[in-house]
Amino acid sequence: MQSTAFDFENNAHKALDDAELRQAMARVATNFTGGRAAAAARLPEFEALRDRAVEIKNHTIANLDHYLALFERNVEKRGGKVHWCATPREARETILSLCRQVGARTVTKGKSMIAEEIALNPFLAENGVEPIETDLGEYIIQLADEPPSHIIGPAVHKTKRQVADLFHEHHRKYGKEKILTEGGDMVAEAREILRQKFLDADVGITGANFLVAETGSTIIVTNEGNGDLTQTLPQMHIVISAIDKVVPNLEDVSTILRVLARSATGQEMSVYTTFSTGPRRDGDLDGPGQFHVVLLDNGRSGLLGTEKQDLLRCIRCGACMNHCPVYHAVGGHAYGWVYPGPIGAAIDPVFLGLEEARHLPQASTFCGKCEQVCPMRIPLPKIMRHWREESFERRVTPVVPRTLMEAWAFVARHPRLYGLGARLAARILKALGRDGKIVSLPLGSGWTDGRDFPAPEGRTFQEMWSARRGARS
Amino acid sequence: MTQKPRVALFVTCLVDLHRPSVGFAAVKLIEEAGAEVFVPAAQTCCGQPAYNSGDRKDAIAIARQVIATFEDAPYVVAPSGSCAGMIRHHYPALFAGDPAWKARADRLAAKTYELVSFLTDVMGVERVAAALPARATYHDSCSGLRELGIKEQPRKLLATVDGLDLVELPGAETCCGFGGTFCVKYPEVSVEMVQRKADDVAATGADLLLAGDLGCLLNMAGKLSRDGRAIAVRHVAEVLAGVTDTPAMGKD
Repeated sequence: MQSTAFDFENNAHKALDDAELRQAMARVATNFTGGRAAAAARLPEFEALRDRAVEIKNHTIANLDHYLALFERNVEKRGGKVHWCATPREARETILSLCRQVGARTVTKGKSMIAEEIALNPFLAENGVEPIETDLGEYIIQLADEPPSHIIGPAVHKTKRQVADLFHEHHRKYGKEKILTEGGDMVAEAREILRQKFLDADVGITGANFLVAETGSTIIVTNEGNGDLTQTLPQMHIVISAIDKVVPNLEDVSTILRVLARSATGQEMSVYTTFSTGPRRDGDLDGPGQFHVVLLDNGRSGLLGTEKQDLLRCIRCGACMNHCPVYHAVGGHAYGWVYPGPIGAAIDPVFLGLEEARHLPQASTFCGKCEQVCPMRIPLPKIMRHWREESFERRVTPVVPRTLMEAWAFVARHPRLYGLGARLAARILKALGRDGKIVSLPLGSGWTDGRDFPAPEGRTFQEMWSARRGARS
Repeated sequence: MTQKPRVALFVTCLVDLHRPSVGFAAVKLIEEAGAEVFVPAAQTCCGQPAYNSGDRKDAIAIARQVIATFEDAPYVVAPSGSCAGMIRHHYPALFAGDPAWKARADRLAAKTYELVSFLTDVMGVERVAAALPARATYHDSCSGLRELGIKEQPRKLLATVDGLDLVELPGAETCCGFGGTFCVKYPEVSVEMVQRKADDVAATGADLLLAGDLGCLLNMAGKLSRDGRAIAVRHVAEVLAGVTDTPAMGKD
């Protein structure tokens, strides 16, 4: 997708003005957080499982070359093929050429954030292959021609009424004229329309939550079963994934699965956990004739050995955004690219460059909630701070805030000067106050446009303390 | 008679400039707990604004100054979870590549405390001698809560304030939107966050809002004031020390 990350401030402004978005986001703030808290509380070993999950991923990342090579060998042993792609462009072209091999006209798609990362849908459409999203949330936003606003709930920014309107507008051509009001009826209508598309598709494309090195399997976790139909019915199954998804073995997968759904939706397990191991074998009743895994790097290997390496542990559960008060306020689209919320703030600069994504790591209060709930204990605020440091050093941070900070720091390094400045500021601010508050702060409209600034007491603690000490002695 | 433990007060830049009464309340509480307070004159700020803005060089320079100023003190206490968290958790990280300073940062970190947790966890304070007839609610400031584990300590002491009725704030652990320079860098987002907080506070029916960090308090007091709410806002130390004769924040 085209990034609008650079326009974060503007995007946020629009989002805050959008009454329907606010209504939709209010649900995110309560449902997901409550769900995770209850799920974690029901499992006494939850914290220990998080620790184990972190160890598994750290071990895998430390031996990434080994496990990726092992994964490839085992995919091939079972008749599949791995395609290594350094860039989104290579991945797009690889997928298109695979589609062309079977003369594909339509492809069904399970939910995949990597497909968003490489902007697959518009590329396929431009090249005469129609992509059809089959995850309900993805289906909704495909109708709306919008990017996802959440990594596991792509349409969380939509209200039920908006979905009803979209269905009414786009389903008329199937003879569906009625405006629906019940969620259940909308699901039924989408299911009915998608059924034929599953049967007609030439290729099924899914993502992967895990790549299992020891078996060459790819795994998706879903709640709708659309992924199974997507990958089982067509003659070719293409898995689009990235190199950070590999784990050593099935035992490790089962450990991580125990924290994944609990962190994401508060479920103990997602409804479907689907393993794909190679194409259909002789004697199998169903399954694709061809099995391909397109493995994207897109800068991930460049994180190895850096202070941002911990990002590679991410299992894309969405807990960080589900719990983020900034995300709750502005929604996912304000971030302007594929990965919103705290994980996006930490990882989008890898893909977009710091110049384009500079706001994202700044737009956090460092409240620490994301790190607290991240099943993989990724130190997201710390990584955002590293980006801020890089921004400051490389002068991506604009000159005014940078100069103000350096001037303030100069004063803070000189206690006598600082004391003088503080005494002066205390007096000026006190004088600006009426009834104990300042309603308009010169050069401080950022504060006072939306709230008062309580006036200070008028003298500094240090001067009062010295005066008191003087009086005592 | 055993000698009283000596405590260096890290006043914090916001208390120094904005609300000295919090500093005096802290002194009173520490003295009543049986320790002796001194206030190094060479202190300014912990450097967190620079650190969180990516100005690592200045953050290190300021941290060195704080370390040099406070390292001889047996204890360092700040009426702020944010500044105490900076010294306890982030100073050692700042000097990760500098063994000599890292050792000094580690030593300072180990003896630095947020005020209320110092009273309960180090000095063993079980109750305070204060009275205030009010219906109060308490906001957990992020750094104190998540970096230092401060949750029960203020509630435990507030429960011993005569006449004070403490009601839990729904979403007490949700950030108020202050976030240091965040509140002026992204003012619209910050105001939206503090609006939600102010609405939650008002919904409790409390007439007094307390917290342990002046940054969050300024933000919440400013929003409640702009919304015309009659809810008084104070630092928790003022109530625990029984020093509530100064006007509440944003009041005259």
